Formats: sequence, structure tokens, C-alpha cells
Amino acid sequence: MSKMHLKLTVNGQAEELRVEPRELLIHVLREKLNITGPHIGCETSHCGACTVEMNGKSVKSCTVFAAQADGAEVTTIEGLSPLGEMNVLQNAFREHHGLQCGFCTPGMITRAHRLLQENPTPTAEEVRFGMAGNLCRCTGYQNIVKAILAAASEMNAAKEAAE
Amino acid sequence: MNDQTPTRVERSAKLKGLGVSRKRVEDVRFTQGKGNYVDDIKMPGMLFGDFVRSPYAHARIKSINIDAAMALPGVIAVLTAKDLEPLGLHWMPTLAGDKQMVLADGKVLFQGQEVAFVVAENRYINADAIDLVEVEYEELPVLTDAKVAMAPDAPVLREDLAGQESGAHGKRKHHNHIFLWEIGDEAATDEVIANADVVAEETVYYHRTHPCPLETCGCVASMDKVNGKLTLFGTFQAPHVVRTVASLLSGIEEHNIRVVSPDIGGGFGNKVGVYPGYVCSIVASIVTGRPVKWVEDRMDNLMATAFARDYWMKGRISATKDGRITGLHCHVTADHGAFDACADPTKFPAGFMSICTGSYDIPVAYLGVDGVYTNKAPGGVSYRCSFRVTEAAYFIERMIEVLAIKLNMDAAELRRINFIRKEQFPYDSALGWEYDSGDYHTAWEKALKAVDYDGLRKEQAERVAAFKRGETRKLLGVGLSFFTEIVGAGPVKNCDILGMGMFDSCEIRIHPTGSAIARLGTISQGQGHATTFAQILASEIGISADSITIEEGDTDTAPYGLGTYGSRSTPVAGAAAAMAGRKIRAKAQMIAAYLLEVHDGDLEWDIDRFVVKGAPEQFKTMTEIAYASYHQEIPGVEPGLEAVSYYDPPNMTYPFGAYICVMEIDVDTGVHEIRHFYALDDCGTRINPMIIEGQVHGGATEAYAIAMGQELAYDEIGNVKTGTLMDFFLPTSWETPTYTTDFTETPSPHHPIGAKGVGESPNVGGVPAFSNAVHDAFRPFGLKQSHMPHDQWRIWTIANDLGLHG
Ligand code: FES
Ligand code: FES
Repeated sequence: MSKMHLKLTVNGQAEELRVEPRELLIHVLREKLNITGPHIGCETSHCGACTVEMNGKSVKSCTVFAAQADGAEVTTIEGLSPLGEMNVLQNAFREHHGLQCGFCTPGMITRAHRLLQENPTPTAEEVRFGMAGNLCRCTGYQNIVKAILAAASEMNAAKEAAE
Repeated sequence: MNDQTPTRVERSAKLKGLGVSRKRVEDVRFTQGKGNYVDDIKMPGMLFGDFVRSPYAHARIKSINIDAAMALPGVIAVLTAKDLEPLGLHWMPTLAGDKQMVLADGKVLFQGQEVAFVVAENRYINADAIDLVEVEYEELPVLTDAKVAMAPDAPVLREDLAGQESGAHGKRKHHNHIFLWEIGDEAATDEVIANADVVAEETVYYHRTHPCPLETCGCVASMDKVNGKLTLFGTFQAPHVVRTVASLLSGIEEHNIRVVSPDIGGGFGNKVGVYPGYVCSIVASIVTGRPVKWVEDRMDNLMATAFARDYWMKGRISATKDGRITGLHCHVTADHGAFDACADPTKFPAGFMSICTGSYDIPVAYLGVDGVYTNKAPGGVSYRCSFRVTEAAYFIERMIEVLAIKLNMDAAELRRINFIRKEQFPYDSALGWEYDSGDYHTAWEKALKAVDYDGLRKEQAERVAAFKRGETRKLLGVGLSFFTEIVGAGPVKNCDILGMGMFDSCEIRIHPTGSAIARLGTISQGQGHATTFAQILASEIGISADSITIEEGDTDTAPYGLGTYGSRSTPVAGAAAAMAGRKIRAKAQMIAAYLLEVHDGDLEWDIDRFVVKGAPEQFKTMTEIAYASYHQEIPGVEPGLEAVSYYDPPNMTYPFGAYICVMEIDVDTGVHEIRHFYALDDCGTRINPMIIEGQVHGGATEAYAIAMGQELAYDEIGNVKTGTLMDFFLPTSWETPTYTTDFTETPSPHHPIGAKGVGESPNVGGVPAFSNAVHDAFRPFGLKQSHMPHDQWRIWTIANDLGLHG
């Protein structure tokens, strides 16, 4: 199959590669760019394990052709904090036991990160609604919701302190 | 240097031992996307394998043509049964004493069955090649109902078993019959029931479902032809068992096989079995000389690996007129699918279904289980429960409710009357188990009080009255559930898998500077072993959990163990850890005695050190002892500080709990709302309360899914109707309820630290709580039994059948 030229920025780094038009973004990230944080749980847009940010929006990268990401800014879990450091959300997930097997976690945190930009002061109900595209089989969500709410108030407190 | 600071309290806190909600070690990697799951593994020259699967549930294969596929650039090999036959690998033994086709041999027996294995340079070429493999099928009549499969003239499914009158578990009475497993005294049970004041009868169906972990199954096989070593990475809940099986099947000596379970994205029983994908990947790697990766997609996962449940349970329960249960009779028709690949200990073809007398003192009982072949996928795994225990708990908790209706008695009171009393433990059940410890009444009263049970009943009565007056269309259900789990398989004398006793193991090495590494025969799939096992050890050997590395899952380094499923890690491997820790301490005591120039009997253990009795200022800490063990000659004691323990549990452990679900149901739409869910667990000694609570949330959510909508459904010609996450219900954060957790603590008397295990209790107790809530809402209108899953349509149908739609 003929290949096409693809240019995109992933976690701040410019990438150029050749892909088939049918290749999915998740496969390109995982297999060609060795970015294995986003996972594959279904490949049908249901589970959210593959969630990344593309041009400031949460997308399920199993349902995005790599070709659609041409020229895009993509951020994955690996790009949310400097290597070896945990950001507020990541810490909150650990602190509140918001993960178990960890398979949903990269997608979950990447989505939560965007959710808190969309709505910095969500209620528990808004968190539950805003995270409903990301499935978790282990935690029952209760501690995920707790972690996201805790991260939100920590971020807001930090913002207030800075103002 | 021997001053008394830090204080005992400070020293104890520093350990982060038993009972501490220690934050998880694993999370640092997982939250940063640095987990290492099987699909993350990449090896030089690695190929991808995938299956051509059968679209039919029952068909003869007339021909397979691989020419077009092989002609596609990038396709390296296409394996069929014909290629595996010379190696004797076209069939493989199952964990249940049956055999299973690795690749279809002459016919297919379920939709999604593996027909050919395509090996190609990448997954896209693989998908193209799969389309190019031409398979000609001749359809055969399909059996998807186990009861119909036992009709005298039902089509023969397993032609390979023609003429075999008995199987691994005794006589077969029909060509689609696998076994009849019986336990208890049927004649005595029948007699008691025949003469009883009151008898309730019901058929309870626990539908087919699937564990569906977020990560599917997969492996990477790599045969190194130069040194003759096979390395197999995979999603294995029992890596050592996989190594032994791989050796027996392939003829490669066991020391030349290394099996590694990397991080596992949830298991819930799905990853216990041995699947054709593993065998084909190994063969393909041997044939091509290159590493081969196989990872299921979600549809493969739901269609082909590891279903759970599918039990038709027919019960009769008898009682005196004041509600004392006198006998229980249970017969199960068990749908095992096309091959009996249930993952149970060998001597228990229906797992521990014989725990079906539940938490009640029932003097006489009988259980008979008929295993039956159908045109559905093989599996029969324990989906977040010990072997068939959730089926047993659901059965008895439904029978109690049905009996309560018959007696016109409150179901909470009926349970209270019949609980095994505290002073009866250890308690011998009518079906042969010795319950180790329990205090059911205390747990029950605590639970009822916590939810204001009497208040709820009053509210419910008012609601029914209001409903009848036409003032509301919503009903209120109070779902009660009290369960006894049986976990920690198990004693080698009666528990084995493929002949291997179900012990487990731990090996500890203390480093010269006083930190340590421990390796175990289990493997975490999210339970947080790296965190909790270190806590057990910290309390035993006085080294901070933060200074203990836990390693699992690599058969080259970990001691042999039977793996993680059936909540066995804490009861068995956790015990091994404690015992290995005690060996370390015993040696440390001799070293300390020498260093302090006293007799070892003059020392006592104090948190992290040995202290001279009566002279607390004289002591040696574990760190000092470790250093000495490597640095100085100690007469009569070998250098170093290491220990291994293989732990054969003397009994199972019996966690228990009380769950109560308060549910609102809209009669006109069938929509439900969980108003309150209360979960009290007693798992004995609590190692890490934070992790226990997390396990309860997760298990209860899986129970919620199963009870309220999750189903592996087939149509009458054997098509899987729920093969994607569009149709197979996994609750999102939106509909998942919020849980209130609580506990009592009744230690196991035979476990070294008294722990019982918890991971699966919430599923076992949760399913009856949700289901009983639905039943309870409609009890005032005459509902006795309605099968799960209680999705919106089924609830609407209940209301409609009861004439509540006017
Ligand atoms: S893998 Fe993309 S949504 Fe599941
Ligand atoms: S932590 Fe396992 S799927 Fe979410």
C-alpha cells in the first residue's frame, strides 16, 4: 500500500515518518514512536485506554487515522510531566488509590487533565459525566472521582495562591 | 549508640507494616505511562500472529486454502491443524482433564474458534492475510442450551470422544455429557425434604458472562535457536504452570523455558487458562526462528477466551414452620461449552460449588453437577471469585429469599435464625468443608443497623401503599446478601492443578546494608502485591516496607508457585512470605545472641530488633544483624541472610461479609437507581485498608455489571450477540454506584498472620445483593424469581408480567 508523509508534534517533539493511509494513530504512537503509555483496550472507541490529546482535545487514538494527525500537536501521558516527576493529577491518583492494574490509567489521567482545563471546578457528578468515556475494570471509579476532585482543588488553591 | 530513640511508636510507624494504608509502589510507574504490559514488548525482528476464526458455531471444515494468503508480501507463515499434527500439537490438554483443539481439526465447535494462525510482518498485513485464507464450511446443527444438549437425539458435538463412556471425572451418560459430580447424602436430603413443614423450590440461572479485563490476553514467544531457550512473555496469572505445561507439550526441557508475566492489565480469571494463541505463537517462533507476538482484540477476547458462569441451578430447601432450615438439595446443569477447559483444581470439576450451603447451619445437603458440552466457547473460569463460589453464593442467597416468601417471613430474620453461630467454629458443613472462623451475627447486626433496616422496611411499605394509590411509579427494593467465601486454594492433599499441588512460595534475601528483595510464586494483576507483600514482611522482619523490593512473575528467578486467582495470593503466598520472614528472624536471633553474648533464649523480638530480656538498652537491629551476617564469622552459623518457604496451607480460608443494596426502580421504564450500597467485609487480619477498600469498590462494580446488564449472549445458531463493548456491558463512571465500606475482623486461626483474602468477596456478595434488590422491589406484587441480568428491558418485563402497567 502506498505510504504517505506524516509530520506531527508529539509531546513537544517534532516527528516525521511514513505511514499507510489506513494506519491508526494509536498504532503509530505505540509501534513506530515507542510511546506505549496509551493502551489498546478495544479499538472500537469504547474504552478510552488509548486517550491522547490532539490539538487541545481529548481523542481516542484508536479511532483517529494517523493521517488525520498530520500537522497536529499530540500529547500523551508521557508528555504530562517531565520524566520521573509526577504532576498534581498523577500524585492525586496515587494518593487516593485511583488505580489498580494501571491499564486504564494513562488514558484516564490524560482525559482528566483535559477535563480540568474544560472545567476547573467540577462537581463529583460532572467528573463522573466527563470521564464516562474512559472505562476502568478494577477500581469502580469511586477513587478516581475522588482523585480528580482532589487534584482540582489542589490546582485551584495553587492558582489562588499565585494570584 | 544504643539509645532508646527513636521511640517504639516511631520505629513501628517507619516499618509501614500490617494495617497501614501504605501508598502503592506500583503507581509511580503506572501514572507516568511507564507500565510494561505484554503489548508494550518489542523484540528485534518480531512478527505478529493472528487467527482466522470460525464464523460458525458448528460446522465441518471441508477445505482450507492458504495460497492467496501466503502470496501476500509480508506474510511469513500460515499454520493449520495439519501443520501442528506432526508435532502432536493440534490438540492440547485442558486444565480440566479434557482436550481442546489448538487449531480446528476437521470441524469447528463454537463461533470464534481458532482455524488457522497467520504470521506476518505487521498487524495490518496480518488482517489482510486473514481475509485471504479461504475456508469452506459445511454447517451442522447448533446446540446453545445445555438442557437441550442432553436430549437423547441431540447432535453429537465431540466426535473425538465417540465410544468413550467415561472422562476425567467419571462416567458419561450421554454423548454431550462430560461428568456428574456429586457430593453429600442425597437419600437423607430427599427424606428430610419430603417430611419437612415447608419446602421452597426454584430454578436459579446464573447467566454466561465474561471477566473482560481492560487488557486482553496475549504473549510474545521467542525461541532462541542458538542456545535452545524459549522465552515466553504473556498475560499469565500462573506463569510457573504455563512453563510446566509448555515443557510437557513441546518437549523442551523445563530449564530451557523462561516464562515472564510482565505487568498485567487486570485478570479476573481471564488469564488463568492456556489458550491456542500461546501454543501457536511458540510453534510459529520455532518455525520462523523469530519472536512472534499474539494479542487478542476485544472481540476475540469475548468470543474465545474464558467465559464464566452459565449454571442452571435447581434447588429445593426445607424448613420448620418457624424458619429453621432442615435440608438443601441442589442440581446444576453446567454449560461448559465445546471443550471442558474450566480452570478448577483437578478434583473439583465444579470448583467449590459445594460451598452452596452458604453461611447457614444446614444439617443435611446434596449437590449434583452435570457438566455438558454445547456449541459455545470453552472456559468456565472464576470471574473475580474463587472457583464457582459466586454461583454458590447466588444460589443460596436466592433460595433464602424464596424460602422467606414461602414462610412469609422477613428475609433478614430468616438469615439470623439460620446463621452458623460463633461458637460452632471451626464448623463442618454438610458438604464437607471446615469453615475456619466467623462471627456472622455480629456482622449482620452491624450491617442492618448501618442501613437502618427497620426504617427501610417501613419506607418500603409506605411506598407500596403510595404506589397502589397511584401516587408514585417508583418501587423500593432492599437487597440483602450474606456470603461466605472459600479461598486460598489450597491444601496440597486435595488441591492441585494438572497434578501440581496448590502451595505457594516466597524467597527472601536480606542485603548486607539491611534492605531486601523477596520473590514470590504469584503475580499481581492490579492487587498491589509489590505494596502489600512488603508490608507483611516488614512486620515479620523489622525492615521498612520501603526497603523491600517485591518481584514476581519471572520463572527464572521466582520460586515455583501456582499463581494468582481465586483470592489465593494473601492466604497462600502471603503465608509463605510470613513463614520465610520467620525463618529469617530465627537465624537473625542466633546472630544477635552471638553479637550480644547472650543465649538466644534470652532475647526477644521488638519491632525491628532483638532485645535482651530485661535489658532493653541492649539490642541489635535487623540492619546490624544483616551487616554482621555478611561481614563477620559467626561460629555455627552460615554467612548470609536468606530464606525460602514453600507454604502448604492446612485449610482454606473463609472470608465473609454482609452486603445491602437499596434500589429505586421505575416501573414504567425499567430504569433503576442505586440509592445506597453498603458492603461489610470480614477478611480476617487487614494488611492494607486502602487496598482492601479499592478491591471492594472494584469487585462490587463487577458484581453490579453482572447483575444489572452484563451478559455473554448467544442467538439460537450460536452467534455471539455481545462481542464488542457496545453490547457487552461494562459500567462507566456515570452509572456505577458509590459504595459505603465497612468491616469486622475475625482472623483466620490457621493463617500465620490471620489474613483471609478479599479480592473476590465483593463479587460473590455483590451479585446477590443487587439481584435481591430487584426481586425485593417486586416481592409485594408476587415476584418469586426472575433471571439476571436485570437490564432495563427485563425489569420492565417483570413489571409488565405482574400487571403493573395497568
Ligand atoms: S482502544 Fe481506543 S477506545 Fe478502546
Ligand atoms: S486500574 Fe485496571 S482498568 Fe483501571
